[in-house]
Amino acid sequence: MAYKNIDELNPMHVDVLTELGNIGTGNAATSLASFMGREVDINVPNVRILGFNEIAEYVGGPENIVMGMLIKIDGDINGMILYVFDNDFIENVMNVFFGKKFSSFEELDEMEKSAFCEIGNIMASSYVNALSSMTGLFINISIPSLCIDMAGAILSVPSIEFARVGNKVLFIDDSFGFGGSSDKVKSNMILVPEMDSLNKLFEKLGVM
Amino acid sequence: MQSVINIGISDLNVASPPGVLATYALGSCVGICLHDRTHNIGGLAHIMLPDSREASNASENLRRYADTGLAELIETMKGKGASLSCMTAKIAGGAQMFQTQLKTFNIGERNVEAVKKLLYNYRIRLIAEDTGSNYGRTVFFDVATGVMQVKSVTKGIVNL
Repeated sequence: MAYKNIDELNPMHVDVLTELGNIGTGNAATSLASFMGREVDINVPNVRILGFNEIAEYVGGPENIVMGMLIKIDGDINGMILYVFDNDFIENVMNVFFGKKFSSFEELDEMEKSAFCEIGNIMASSYVNALSSMTGLFINISIPSLCIDMAGAILSVPSIEFARVGNKVLFIDDSFGFGGSSDKVKSNMILVPEMDSLNKLFEKLGVM
Repeated sequence: MQSVINIGISDLNVASPPGVLATYALGSCVGICLHDRTHNIGGLAHIMLPDSREASNASENLRRYADTGLAELIETMKGKGASLSCMTAKIAGGAQMFQTQLKTFNIGERNVEAVKKLLYNYRIRLIAEDTGSNYGRTVFFDVATGVMQVKSVTKGIVNL
């Protein structure tokens, strides 16, 4: 059966998506850790089904300024991966790569921004590789694109994708951070599959 | 004392002076401010997509689309005593937040085009806009003055 709306999904579907997220994030975190030479902690992913107006609250409200990065995925699965990096993460990256302190978004230059794109690229590749080898589906990723702006405006990108089919957004929310960090707020890596792709995923994994 | 009425994504509302209508963090979405100066009524709609006819289950929330959202906004304003022939419009939003969003799928641009076309069909004059580019915008629409204030990270505050 093909689901048309995310409201039709049951707890079993949510479990499957959580597991997919878990494996994907595990791989992405391993890449990040070896790349950065730092320990990386991950949390159990959350599959969230939220109204359009609730999403921005997760990253500190619609007008909170954040660094977002978008990677489109296509092939057998269509959708997007969206990162929202928290300041602790940005500071760590700045420190390891450039030996600099991070003070404000305005001060980031092109070189520094492209370092974040590269990290996103590596993490997304490992995430998608894991998904792909588990499901046997072919998945492509685009070049990352960075945007520093209001959280609400950044998160409206996945919302609009889902607005075509319903009133809510489904995303697999994986949070990660560097080991030993005192900051409770972590960076988020959000996988947003399109409705058709969700059906394909479930079918491939034998979940009805 | 001004009272600010917040309008969420795919929602709309109307107000009379001293009301201020606000909507936060428009990305590719478009904020449509309608103003009837003669009858002192203003309205604001926050739409996400250009056309309800493209959707599989549009009836779920008609305020999501430019065509049905604008129609409802006009009707609601008329219900409060506004008249279509007195209305003027100011719009903001319709940005493309990320470059990877392919040009052909540039929903922000399509939203803006759809809104402009609809306004033209209703014979509502578009008197100001702050649209396109690649940044988010917050809109405050003061019904008493008809000023649409657009706030953004890169451009600061612009009064239109």
